[in-house]
Amino acid sequence: MIEAMGILMGLGVALGGGLGLAARLLRVEGNPVAAEIEQMMPGTNCGQCGFPGCSAAAEALAEGAAPVSLCPPGGKALATALADKLGIASDLSDMEDRGVVIAFVFEDLCIGCTKCLKRCPTDAIVGASRQIHGVVDDACTGCEQCAEVCPTGAIVMRPETDTLTTWHWPKPANRLAA
Amino acid sequence: MIAKGPVGGPHAHSGASIGRTMGLVVVALLPATAFGIYAFGWPALFLFLATIAAAIAFEAASLRVAGKPVRPFLLDGSALLTGWIVAMTLPPWAPWWIGVLGAFVAIVLGKQAFGGLGQNVFNPAMIARIFLLISFPVEMTQFLEPRPLFSAGSPGIAEGFSIFLSGHPDFDAVSSASVLGSVKTQLGQGLALSDILKGGHDTLSLAVGMVPGSLGETSAVLLVAGGILLLATRVITWHAPVAMIATMAALSGTFHLIDPQRFLDPAAHLLSGTFLFAAFFIVTDYVTAPATGTGKLLFGAGVALLTFVIRTFAAYPEGIGFAVLLMNATVPIIDHTIRPRIYGRKRSGEPIRYDEK
Amino acid sequence: MKLFRISGGIHPSERKELSAEKPIERLALASVLRIPLQQHIGAPAVAVVDRGDVVRKGQLLATGRGMVSAPVHAPTSGRIVSIGRFIAPHASGLPGQTITMRPDGRDEWGELPAPLDPFAVDPAAIAERVAASGIVGMGGATFPSAVKLNLRNRHTLETLVINAAECEPYLTCDDRLMRERTGDVVDGIRIMRHGLGVARAIIAVEANKPQALAALRLAVAAGGFADVAVVEVPTRYPMGSEKHLVQALTGKETPARALTADIGIVVHNVATAYAVHEAVRHGRPLISRIVTVSGGAMARTGNFEVPIGTPVSHLIEHCGGFVGEPKRLLLGGPMMGQPLSSTRASIVKGINGILALGADEAPREAAMPCIRCGSCVSACPCGLTPLEMAARIRKEELDGAVKIGLLDCIACGSCAWVCPANIPLVQYFNYAKGKLTAQQRARHKQEETKRLARLRTDRMEQQRKAKEEAMARMKAERDAKKRQADAAARAQVDA
Repeated sequence: MIEAMGILMGLGVALGGGLGLAARLLRVEGNPVAAEIEQMMPGTNCGQCGFPGCSAAAEALAEGAAPVSLCPPGGKALATALADKLGIASDLSDMEDRGVVIAFVFEDLCIGCTKCLKRCPTDAIVGASRQIHGVVDDACTGCEQCAEVCPTGAIVMRPETDTLTTWHWPKPANRLAA
Repeated sequence: MIAKGPVGGPHAHSGASIGRTMGLVVVALLPATAFGIYAFGWPALFLFLATIAAAIAFEAASLRVAGKPVRPFLLDGSALLTGWIVAMTLPPWAPWWIGVLGAFVAIVLGKQAFGGLGQNVFNPAMIARIFLLISFPVEMTQFLEPRPLFSAGSPGIAEGFSIFLSGHPDFDAVSSASVLGSVKTQLGQGLALSDILKGGHDTLSLAVGMVPGSLGETSAVLLVAGGILLLATRVITWHAPVAMIATMAALSGTFHLIDPQRFLDPAAHLLSGTFLFAAFFIVTDYVTAPATGTGKLLFGAGVALLTFVIRTFAAYPEGIGFAVLLMNATVPIIDHTIRPRIYGRKRSGEPIRYDEK
Repeated sequence: MKLFRISGGIHPSERKELSAEKPIERLALASVLRIPLQQHIGAPAVAVVDRGDVVRKGQLLATGRGMVSAPVHAPTSGRIVSIGRFIAPHASGLPGQTITMRPDGRDEWGELPAPLDPFAVDPAAIAERVAASGIVGMGGATFPSAVKLNLRNRHTLETLVINAAECEPYLTCDDRLMRERTGDVVDGIRIMRHGLGVARAIIAVEANKPQALAALRLAVAAGGFADVAVVEVPTRYPMGSEKHLVQALTGKETPARALTADIGIVVHNVATAYAVHEAVRHGRPLISRIVTVSGGAMARTGNFEVPIGTPVSHLIEHCGGFVGEPKRLLLGGPMMGQPLSSTRASIVKGINGILALGADEAPREAAMPCIRCGSCVSACPCGLTPLEMAARIRKEELDGAVKIGLLDCIACGSCAWVCPANIPLVQYFNYAKGKLTAQQRARHKQEETKRLARLRTDRMEQQRKAKEEAMARMKAERDAKKRQADAAARAQVDA
């Protein structure tokens, strides 16, 4: 009886001490996840998340100070990836999946003021003063900054549409015999 | 991303369906079942029907509870088949509640609790068999000499129904041990095999099935016939049955040669008990066996090995149920490690290289 | 010739009898032709005609762009009425850049390049002619044929294999072509053999086409062509998969992620060989092809020589329309063909069949859960485990599916054909492959936008610095001036 108690107590002390020691010795300084998260972010520093840039947002995410759904250009895909990365269960079913959106300029409304050109973080809008501006789809991240500054409301965000080269088969629906 | 888009290919189909597969298995089981009912009379027929009816009822109830469509799953015949197989493994004069309980365990605990068709890890019929064997060892080991329908010793319909409802009033008078059971018991009493079998067991009656045993498992010849039908219609592949039979023959043959007084000969091992039934109808169950040919070989061999070990060295005279369940547990790992070689790649997964290039 | 076994494969019901005995019929011109600029794998062609132009038959309409591309020619004479987007013959039903022309009915040939004497010219000249004639792989893959003929520059080649297996059920267009235009086909094969710079050509025909085999053997024997061998291969789907055909003929597997050219073999379709004959011997570009129209829901089946750009509806009307509502309307064969979203789409270079399947032919759509029967594993000619790939894709574990061979899948459909649970395995695989490509594209775009953003930040920084420096300079200058002025003033005061 006493023997058993002794063994158990010894075990408890040894294991507990080991854990405490490990916590002290193997402590990780800083958060290596932040750098990895920054890699996943769009990297355009558009500021829609409210942080000064993507690296600040990544740090906040790593510390758990920001929700995974913070990045509008990244959309649901990024949010899911972030939740995965951070290992947090996050209910994203409410998050609206707007898909990939890109800016579109209504040529009738554009006055060629070049405000959007100057604002675009990826130089995705081309044009010159007093010329109708156009969007390079492949460079646009859908950050909406151009739409915010457009004085005539000529810029809208549109979902990227499938083309013959980008279309792929949808996932099969669960069609159960009924 | 789930959207109803265009219908993907291929736009042709072999016509194979789960229902057709299950139907063929049922056809393959018919001769052995019919023989079992003939050999053991009315009580066997009632038990058989009750077990199947219970299996279908439990399946329907489970589907309703799970909120799944009932019709397509009932029509695929898998519940009928599970009930059928459970019935075939029962002692022919067992009371009705043994069959119903077996069906419950097989369908509700063995299959639907895992998520239904295709999801179960363990063979439902074997779960039921083992559950019943451990819980009701007496009822599950009361075998009797065959007394063919309409023969002198066979009970009539009314008497049969009463046996079905409440068991035989004086079972000890009619009961008889199965070959494996009596061998096990008498070996335990220190007798030598030559004394127990009195100059050899009757291989012919084992093959035909005129021996004490479970309802549908006694007739080796008819079981093999059913198995051949399944092989011919490509419902099953040869891998698991052949591996199982070959392994058992080799193992028991070797041991029998070493000490014929202690170890049964291969013919007795292969022909008695559940062995052939399991070789063609249990280890070939799709859901609980590996998906690849090599995996099936391994699986069949493993079942035979464990069966031999349990029959020979453990407390139970028949070990197939345990062997199958143990091997079922290894299926995920077998399927994970054993895969076919991919075209254009080596076994390691590296692309093939031609040195002359 | 000794043949080798391929693993897996299936024997679908052939149904070739519906159209195998119908001779090739020339289809009358439709009132309007719509010619897509992307009828091949690679970059779309670029239009060189304008709206309102009058073109002659065989005239260049659009030119290939880049290394892998193919030009498009006028299928008849007439007027270009528009160049714009129109529904493409594709499962998605999305539009693609299309030239629409109205035939003038005269069907007048324009000026064609001079016929070549194939065995007198350099092999490169043949590849050049094939490229200029817009010839692409006509078995359905539509890879520009000239690119494959030019493989001789980078690989050591031994053999040209002509794929005449036609293993898809229903289709009989290659069968008819081989039977009716045997001499031209064999000539085309010999031209390609020469163009490829190899010593021998093997033409592989499935055993279910005895007449075609006999005709080819007769033509080869009559011509005394020692360089062409006619080989009967067993009837088994997917014998027409190029890598499996090569394996059946040589016993060699093409290494994963490599070309058959890596083991010294180039495979071309038999219809391509005919197109090469036309281009080299007569200077005619690829402006028509032979299409099988079949299926239980067609009023009349047959094999038709159809001008490229003919609306599918025109072909169907010519065949008397449908009998009842077709359950499936397909481009190509039932195994690997694509659903046709609209009959307004056109016949293009890679379409070998138009099938209208009746209710008794089309498979049911409802699926049951997988019962792990393993039929798909035995049927897979690539040694994959389709059931597990699909299970992983269902759970969105795309990388897991790749790990067990998703990218080695040739989408032949054998697995789904045998599946008793009727699981749409091929669609799972196509979905996963497409999604992986989309993800890769998104990653690429992200890297690109990141680079752009960095460039912009750097530029802004530079501009800011330049501005600061300019300000500093101006300030310094101002200060210096001021100091000078002060000094001068002081000097004056002092003086």
